[in-house]
Formats: sequence, C-alpha cells, structure tokens
Amino acid sequence: MKIKGTGKIISISGATVRTDLTGLTLFEKVSVGENNLTGEVVRLEKEWSVLQVYEDPSGLGLNEPVRGLGVSLTTTLGPGLLSVIFDGLQRPLDALADKTGPFIHPIHLDTSLDLKKEWAFTPLVNNGDTVSVGVKIGYINEGPFEHPIIIPPGKKGKVESISRGTITLEEPLCRLDDGSNIFGYHNWPMRVPRPYKKKISPREPVITGQRIIDFLFPLARGGTSIIPGGFGTGKTILEQTIAKHADVDIVIYAGCGERGNEMSELIEEFLELEDPRTDRPLMNRTVLVVNTSNMPVAAREASIYTAVTLGEYYRDLGFHVLLLADSISRWAEALREISSSLEEMPGEEGYPTYLASRLSSFVERAGVVETLSGNIGSLSMILSVSPPGGDFTEPVTQALLRTSGAFLMLDTSLAYSRHFPAINWMQSYSLYLNLLAEYFKKNVANDWEVLRSLCREIMHKEEALKEIMEIVGIEGLQEQDRLIMKVAAEIRSDFLAQNAYTDDAFCEPGNTLDIIRSITDQYLKGQNYTSGKSKNETL
Amino acid sequence: MRLSEHKYRTTYRIAGQLLYVENVHAARIGEVVEVVGPDTIRLEGEILEIVKNNILIQLFGETRGLNSKNIEIIFTDTVRQVPLAKDILGRRFNGSFEPLDGLPMFIASEWRPARGNPINPVSRLRPEEFIETGISAIDGLNTLVKGQKLPIFSCAGLPAKELVAQILQNARLRENSKSFAVVFVALGLTFHEYSFYLEALQNIESEFVAIINMADDPVMERLMAPRFALTVAEYLAFDHNMDILVLVTDMTNYCDALREISNARKELPGRRGYPGYMYSDLASLYERAGRIRDSNGSITMIPVITMPEDDITHPIPDLTGYITEGQIVLSRELHQQGVFPPIDVLPSLSRLMQKGIGADMTREDHRELAKQLYKNYAKGRELKKLEAIVGRDGMAESDQLLLDFAAFFENDFIHQATKTRSINQTLDKGLKILEKFNLEPESLKTETAKE
Repeated sequence: MKIKGTGKIISISGATVRTDLTGLTLFEKVSVGENNLTGEVVRLEKEWSVLQVYEDPSGLGLNEPVRGLGVSLTTTLGPGLLSVIFDGLQRPLDALADKTGPFIHPIHLDTSLDLKKEWAFTPLVNNGDTVSVGVKIGYINEGPFEHPIIIPPGKKGKVESISRGTITLEEPLCRLDDGSNIFGYHNWPMRVPRPYKKKISPREPVITGQRIIDFLFPLARGGTSIIPGGFGTGKTILEQTIAKHADVDIVIYAGCGERGNEMSELIEEFLELEDPRTDRPLMNRTVLVVNTSNMPVAAREASIYTAVTLGEYYRDLGFHVLLLADSISRWAEALREISSSLEEMPGEEGYPTYLASRLSSFVERAGVVETLSGNIGSLSMILSVSPPGGDFTEPVTQALLRTSGAFLMLDTSLAYSRHFPAINWMQSYSLYLNLLAEYFKKNVANDWEVLRSLCREIMHKEEALKEIMEIVGIEGLQEQDRLIMKVAAEIRSDFLAQNAYTDDAFCEPGNTLDIIRSITDQYLKGQNYTSGKSKNETL
Repeated sequence: MRLSEHKYRTTYRIAGQLLYVENVHAARIGEVVEVVGPDTIRLEGEILEIVKNNILIQLFGETRGLNSKNIEIIFTDTVRQVPLAKDILGRRFNGSFEPLDGLPMFIASEWRPARGNPINPVSRLRPEEFIETGISAIDGLNTLVKGQKLPIFSCAGLPAKELVAQILQNARLRENSKSFAVVFVALGLTFHEYSFYLEALQNIESEFVAIINMADDPVMERLMAPRFALTVAEYLAFDHNMDILVLVTDMTNYCDALREISNARKELPGRRGYPGYMYSDLASLYERAGRIRDSNGSITMIPVITMPEDDITHPIPDLTGYITEGQIVLSRELHQQGVFPPIDVLPSLSRLMQKGIGADMTREDHRELAKQLYKNYAKGRELKKLEAIVGRDGMAESDQLLLDFAAFFENDFIHQATKTRSINQTLDKGLKILEKFNLEPESLKTETAKE
C-alpha cells in the first residue's frame, strides 16, 4: 500500500478525529495514532479532514500521527473465507484471539485471509488463451468445495503463464501479457456494489423450512424479507433457524450489534450441526461477520457492508447466497451515533436524513443476476429489525418496508403465549406470492395456491369471530362458526407454530402441504356435515 | 509516556461536572486528570474531548466550591484504572473507589482499565450451567444459567429488593461452588434501600464486594461505579476462576445520570431525552457478563430496573431487554393479590433456559412441564379477561377449569413467601398442580397415575 504522507491529530471527540492532513480522498482508509488504528475519511475541509475511527479510541492522543493509505475500506475476497468468523472490519476473530487473548484490544492485523496456507489449484485455461473479466481460469479445492478463480473486474489479456498444483495466495496464479498478475484473491471496496451482466426477475423461492414463511409469506431468491419485532419475540432464534436450514449454497450471517452469548451459541451449534444436504458441518457453508453490541460502534456500521460484499462475491461465483443480518436497527443506530458525532443535522428521531437512501441502496444489492461469467447467481436477504418499544412506526422499519418484498411481523402477544415463530399472519405480507406461484405449482403440488387461499380464509374468519366469541362465548356461536374456531386453533398450533429445538425446525414444502391439507380436509368434511345438517333441519 | 508532569491553570469554563481547559499541549482521550482546588478539594476527572488545544474534562465528585481561577489540573498520562487484588473481597467502596469501611486501601497487585475490553465472541463459552435460585417462577419457568444477564423489571413500590435478597441468600450452583462471590453495585440508592441490601449481603455465606453510590453522591460516579465493579468481577472470575454474581441496582438511576451528563455536554437528545448512544453504552456494561475459554470462572449479572410509569416500552427497560438474555417482570396486580414474589411469568423470559435444563441439568421432564404450565396459565389469563365481560357462569366448564387453574397456579406455584424450593420441589409442585386439574399431557403422567 502506498503511503501518502503523514499528518497529526488535531482534535478528538469519541471516535471522531480531525487531522491536519489534507489531500485525502473521501472514504479513504487511514491509519490513526501510534497504534495504527483503522479509520476512514468521512469529511474533507479546506484545512483539515475528519476521520471516523473503527476501533476503541481510548488512549489516543493529540499530535499522534495520521497516515492516508490511498485505498478505500475493502473486503478481501478469495478462498479460505468459509467457516471463518470475522469482525465488522473483516478481521478473523480467531487470529485476533491468538494475538490479544480473550479480550479484544485495539491492534492492527494485516490480512483477512491466510496468505500462507497451501491450496491445490487446477487451471482451466492454457498459455496463450485470451481472458477477460468473468472468465474462470481455474479452481481451488477448498475442502470438498470447488472455489472458482475468476478474472476480477478491470483485467484482461493473453495468458502468459499459469500455475498448477500446490499454491499459496501470496504468489500470482496467472500472468497476463500486459504484465499484470492474477492472484487467487482480490480486494473490493465494501461500499461499492460488485458488477454483473444483468439483473433477472426472481422466479424461485428460498425454502426456509418455516411453514408459515414458505406457505404464506415466501421469500424469493434474490428478494428481501424483513423481520421486525420487539425484544423477546424471537427474531434471533428465527434468523438462526433459517441460517441452519435454508436451501442455499452459502450463508452469510451478520451479527450486527447483538449479544455475545448468542453468537457463541450460534458458533458452537454451527460447528456441531451437519448440513443434511452435504453431511458436512454447517460451518462449511457459512461465513460469520460478528460485531457484538459492545464492540466499536463504527465497525458495526461497516459490518453489514463487509457481509454484503462477501455475499456478492459468492453470487458472482454462481452460487445462491442468503445474507442474514441481525439486526439492521443496530446498524442504523451506529449510523446515527456517527452522524451525531459529525454534528450533522438530524432527521426523524435523530437518525440522519440519508438513512432511507443508505438502506435502500443496501437492499438493492440483493437480486438474481447473470454474472460476468454468464452464470446465474443470487443474493437474498433476511433482515431483522428491532423497533424501539415494539413500535413499527419508527423510521428504520418504515424505510425498510418501502424497499423490501416481504414483511414478517413478529407479534409480542404471540410470543407471550409462546407461539413461535411469532409471525403475525394477519399483518404480514409477501410481494413474491405471484412470482412464485408457478414454481410451487410445478414443484410441489397443483393445489398449493388453493390451499393457501383456504388457509388464509379460515384465519381471517377466525379473527372476525374472535370478537363475537369474546362476548357470547364459544357456546353462543353457530355450529359452522365453532368449526372454524376449532380448525383455526389447529392450524395455529399444528401448522403455524413450529418448534426450533426439535426435528420440526425444518419442514419440507411437501410435508408443509400434507399437514395443511389434512387439517383443511377436516374442515371441508365438517363443513359438508354441518351444512347438510342445517339443510335437514330446515326440511 | 511523557517525561514530566503536566500542570495547567488554564481552566476557562465550568459547567456542572464538566471542566474546559485551554492551551494544553499533550492529552489523550480517556486520560485521567487530577484537579487540585482550594482548601482540601482534590478531584479526579477524565478527558472526554480534545479540540485543538482545548480540552473537555468530566469530573468525578462534588464540584461545589470550584472556581476557574483557583484550580490546578494535573495530567497523569494514564487512562482510568482500577486497583485489583484478591484482598478486595469483603470490602466496600464508594463510586470513586475509595474504601467506605474505615479500613485502609488494599495493596494492588495489578491495575486494569475501568472500561474494560470487549470479550472476543470466539473466546466466549456458551452459558449452560443451571443456577438454582430457590424461586419457582425463576427456576421452573425462567431458568437462570451461569454467565447470563437476567434483569429484574420492577415498578415503583414493588418488592424487587426483597426478591433480590432472596436470590442472594439462595443462589447456588448444582455442584456447590466453593468460589462463589457477589459483587454488589448500588447506584443512587436511598439510605433505606442501602441498609436493607447491606444486611442481606452480610447474611449470606459467600463473600462480597460492594461499590456504593448513594442518592446524594455525585452523578458522575454513578456512571463509573458499575465499570469499577465489572473490572473487579472480571478479575475475580477470569483470573481467580470464581463464579461471580453481579447485582446492579438501580439501572434506572444510571440511565438518568447518563442523560444528565449528555445534556450537560449539549449532545443531541434521543427518545425521552436519553442520548442516542444509550444502547451502546448499556451494552458496554451488560456484555461484560459471560464465560470464557481457558477459565472456570463466570460473571452472571442481575440488574434491577424500575420501569418509569410501569411502562415496559420506556427506553430504559426497552434497550435493556434488547441486550440482556431475557427479563423477570414483576406485576403490580400479583403484588396486590399478596403473591410473593409477584413475578408475572407471561412477559418474563430466559433466553438461555433451553440449554440449561433437561436430563443432565435439572430433570428430564422440566422442558415439557414448563411448557404445559405456561400454556395453560396463558390460556387461563386470557379467559380472565373474558370472565370480566361475560361472567363466570357464561363460560364453558373447560374454561372455568382453566380459570381455576390460573388462580391456583398464582397462589400455589408462584407464591412461596420466604420459603425456598429446590428445583425438584418446584417441578414436583408444578406436576401436582397439572394433575390436580387433569391437565398433564400423556408424556408427563407419573407411573402411579398411569396405573
């Protein structure tokens, strides 16, 4: 990395630092102070620059050096990412623990990937071949996983030499005739979306194994679901259950400003549990980005960009990727803290006015795409939201509602009665229903749509009858209505509720349909019976 | 390190607990300063902000009597540190970490920064060891495990301190841990509450360390006291392999102090005037609970919160609930019915319970039993609302049964006065109540009942 010159710290307020160094570029990475803390340029003035430090700033002193590094904050992409647990700045937490022990101290780590590790490389091009962006020049065996090596954006030419067999990431894999080298890894600025050929409208679902989601409020591959819910409504459990079971190739899990104990639980479980599709530990298909609530706030803001860049990278390799972020509200709060320390004019509830645009451009990074190599890859997102006081009128939920395709509303009263997942079936919605209808019809059963309408109808009727029942009691209801109440109760307890701690945690679409069919059959039979009886009575 | 001591007399502004000094040459964020005033005034402070050569210092202790002309600021070139040694057990300190028990200061074997460093998530061990509190509503339905942070959400006038005292007296691990100790943090307590807690602490078998900030003590110390306490707790837990229970009361006073200081610094107020960074600030305290690899010790935390206006959506309980692993909610209604402890199990929750119960931990039937008690009580409570409209006579027989169950459950299971119940007694009691109302599912039927 090129060092642009050195300046001094002239003021410090929390993690916001001013330096007399000028000539920096916006969002350039900087090294701050004697301990080389990582920072980013957030504002340029005539005589000074404002920096945001991504680590604990305590002990940082006046006049300490600041150096511009000439690159923006990047994510390192290449083999060796899977199974690794990173912090918000993509530093491997295991390597950090080796250096600083069980407690994190501000420290400078050079690389995110182990460059010394040996891999087996199989080339797919020969000397003299012309390659350009998106061309697969070979693959590296990452365990049982074949990791394609693709020419990154901005490079093309004739292959002059190419490696074969055991390699490390330190040395170039391929040399082009213009003298440039292709390495097994590359860096990508995390705030910039990665390029693709074109976006495609989503047509396939992400099967989450959660009956209420797959059947009533499905998520499309390349789509975005949001899960807002007050505390104790089971956001985290739901996200983790989906992370374990969803039928995707790669899972990126971003623990953004949440609990440390929950993360340790997740990590241990992912190491123990096997992916039923491949019989390998779940960890082998997962990358974790963990920035718990007590870790530096600015790194929390960066963490979802690290996660989404990782997701896009695997999408570009032609995989189906699911990004789970828990929780976006903590990211928004980090944004608010940074904005307020920069003394920007606040918008609604103290959030900066650019909250909605930042969120929507983040959500737009999801999608099904034709990659530069011509493959189809997808990046889907499930984002949890923690609205203060469980009040959905707050800015983060509202901004996300406008950009996301499915809304899974978690209901405090369902959670209090221990109905999990506590997704409210009256308020939630999915805009992907029509896009996915064809898929379910073809791949599961013809009557998928019919049964869904019937199921929704019963639940709607129950809602209306509930009020009446509160006054007249169940005895006071007509026989037909009593049947609805009974069937609806069954749908709630045997179909919509699902225990995340048993084998029931994942339910295939086929089984989902069998369960709902057996319940609604009862209903239809009962309906015939009661209507027959009432006819007899009138006779 | 700086080679010479820096002294300044260039204070130009004092606002409450905040001091502004100009023309300073070298300073660090978080650096500790000593302030020497007229007569015998000696205060400590911490650097909050540096703008060119102007420095903002936050002072600990009483600032009355200071004026900008007669004070001297000494820069120490260190961040705020806590003296640590095993001799700390059994001692009481104030919010500036000065002994309150009349004994001399112990000799520190080492010093650590009060703010601590975050535990690396990969170095954490998942909490899963059951702690018996002797209280059925907690042990049976909202089980506490080692390394968890489980707050008590109380309302003004409810017996939170009596509940805490009872937990203190009974809390024990399955294998009776010899190295168990309590770290008690009092934040803005009245003398009445303070003496109650102190008596309770002196009656327990285990040792304790107390950090006391009384209602009339400086507000700034209220922000530092829990950080001192947690540094002590980390030292005892992870260096000396002890199981530490940290009791913090009352976090509502802490948050109000945070708001006061934030306001004095002219920061942008957030919801209800609390600063926007309150979530991160609270997390920097609560997240210090846990267990780590390479150590047998643990920090379990029970913060007490008085919900203003009995409102669980108020920012203090709200942000706390988002960080802690569950909550124990006290109910005014149960208290009025004479139930003690008045724990409302419906909004209460222990997120780490599933890992801490079952065959090897408590008892095999614990999970199913808790589920059934919960389910039927939730139904009974729902029906109670209906009863208010249609009257008991208008209800189906099965509904009347659930109503009776709910009432019996409150008076017999939740209510236990000052008696302690072992986990077996708790579970037996739960099973008996289910049997009495014929609500036990097939899987829970006892052998005799099956015959």
